[in-house]
Amino acid sequence: MQPAIEIAGVRKTYGPVTALRGIDFEIRQGEFFGLLGPNGAGKSTLISIIAGLVQMNAGRISVMGYDTVRQFRQARRQLGVVPQELVFDPFFTVRDMLRIQAGYYGCGREVWPWIDEMLDRLDLAGKSGSSMRALSGGMKRRVLIAQALVHRPQVVILDEPTAGVDVELRRTLWSFMTELHRAGTTVVLTTHYLEEAQELCERIAILDKGALQVIDTTRELLARHPFRFLRLRLPEGAQLPEALRPLVAAEQEGTLELKLESGRHPISAVFMALRDAGVDIDDVHTREPDLEDIFIELTGRSAAPAGASA
Amino acid sequence: MTPDQIGFVTLLRKEVKRFWSVLGQTVTAPVVTTMLYLLVFAQAMKDRASVYEGVSYTEFLVPGLVMMAVIQNAFANTSSSLIQSKVMGNIVFLQMAPLGPLQWFGAYVLAALLRAALVALTMLAVTLPFVPLPVTSPLALVAVFVLTGASLAVMGLIAGILAEKFDHIAAFTNFFVTPLSFLSGVFYSVHALPPLWYHASHFNPFFYMIDGFRYGFFGHADVPIWQSLAWCAGFFGVASAICLRMLVTGYKLKK
Ligand SMILES: Nc1ncnc2c1ncn2[C@@H]1O[C@H](COP(=O)(O)OP(=O)(O)OP(=O)(O)O)[C@@H](O)[C@H]1O
Ligand SMILES: [Mg+2]
Repeated sequence: MQPAIEIAGVRKTYGPVTALRGIDFEIRQGEFFGLLGPNGAGKSTLISIIAGLVQMNAGRISVMGYDTVRQFRQARRQLGVVPQELVFDPFFTVRDMLRIQAGYYGCGREVWPWIDEMLDRLDLAGKSGSSMRALSGGMKRRVLIAQALVHRPQVVILDEPTAGVDVELRRTLWSFMTELHRAGTTVVLTTHYLEEAQELCERIAILDKGALQVIDTTRELLARHPFRFLRLRLPEGAQLPEALRPLVAAEQEGTLELKLESGRHPISAVFMALRDAGVDIDDVHTREPDLEDIFIELTGRSAAPAGASA
Repeated sequence: MTPDQIGFVTLLRKEVKRFWSVLGQTVTAPVVTTMLYLLVFAQAMKDRASVYEGVSYTEFLVPGLVMMAVIQNAFANTSSSLIQSKVMGNIVFLQMAPLGPLQWFGAYVLAALLRAALVALTMLAVTLPFVPLPVTSPLALVAVFVLTGASLAVMGLIAGILAEKFDHIAAFTNFFVTPLSFLSGVFYSVHALPPLWYHASHFNPFFYMIDGFRYGFFGHADVPIWQSLAWCAGFFGVASAICLRMLVTGYKLKK
């Protein structure tokens, strides 16, 4: 089957800065795809190139088989993009904006019921007559999402749709995106909330410093690293035996987290070492690796921007 | 309509709606300003000898003032629309849409032309009771108006593409559009100028726009009508070629 998005040899420099250094991958039709990476990795640049906002220095991209440069009209009709920045036109009301947006794509009155349905689903029905400038940030974000969907594109790209969005709206957006995906739409999501990506995305690509670090199914990615984490709480004043020290991955408030490689460090060996050293255990807990661990493993950095937590 | 046509009409309607929703600023204000010029200059210069046989100074003045308003408003419409979209960032909606360079060009220019026509017709309607003008050559009148309005709309697009902030548009207006439109013979016949300025005027495209427009009313002007039309058409052609080239290559609009 035709890939939803095909990216081949895409390079982009901004003056001295190399934002993308030769990216190749495909996003399959009907997939819920996560595009992850730390700040400045090049995610938005890649999305802007797909959308036709930025020119690539080399490479080729097609959307549903249409070249984004040579067949830009067809390619763009298949595509809806929610930009990362909260942009809006202060001259128009929410409903006018959506109708204008539909018109750009050659859609007329036939999509008006769909516009009303989206306004309803995104909890904007009460704001349809409001001027864009009178909306809160979260509302503007929702209008941007509706705008990307007015022409019922087959492929939707959302660049950090849940950044700066409250918990309730985030849930609304998740269920909305899931519904779209279930209806057959290809959904591409970027986010710094890795639980979100782990929960929603079937496949994930991780970009770092303009290069593709990894692309795989979420399940394979999680299985790829044969680690598990063992959390131990030791009694006041107790010391971890010297032999276990190198395994400590994190330590906070008296709780130690050991990173164990299956095969090499069986859990029983840890317990044995503790018993031999005569150290008691107050509490014990194991944790499977999550996307965050894999992300840190691959990029050496944490995904969440400072201060943010999902 | 085909999807491409719907896209074009939508953009055109959006651009018209932009100035239509603030007619006070976009039509009434320029009409009032030029009417003030008319009052002041007509009063101050009423005793001067007529410029052409049987054409009073006030009659001579009106077409020039109308054309000056056309020049300034056509330019303002496209340049301000584009720079606002750029500064607000909402230009991305247009850039992501399946609209081609010709659709952008056509919709922006046509909307500006509509505003210019509205300003021109309002001014003519308001002055008509006091300064009735003959219409000798309606064809020339319409041709010069369309070429002028379209040329300045294209210049506004170019300025909007080049500009990065509102100040740049203001500079373009203050150092290019306003001086050239004032120095183009709105208030005088270039024959009254010293030789150097007389010759210099003949390199100012705005001079031909105003002179050609006057020809449409009075049937005579400073230079022959074909010369004015040729200059207007040439200016439009060159400006359009530059503008379309910018739109096709994504100059400054696409990083
Ligand atoms: N318009 C621009 N001019 C110059 N450099 C740019 C421009 N846009 C992006 N860059 C640079 O390109 C690199 C990639 O930026 P990009 O916005 O694509 O990252 P990102 O992965 O989307 O990051 P974030 O998670 O912070 O949104 C960065 O080094 C950035 O500074
Ligand atoms: Mg980004």
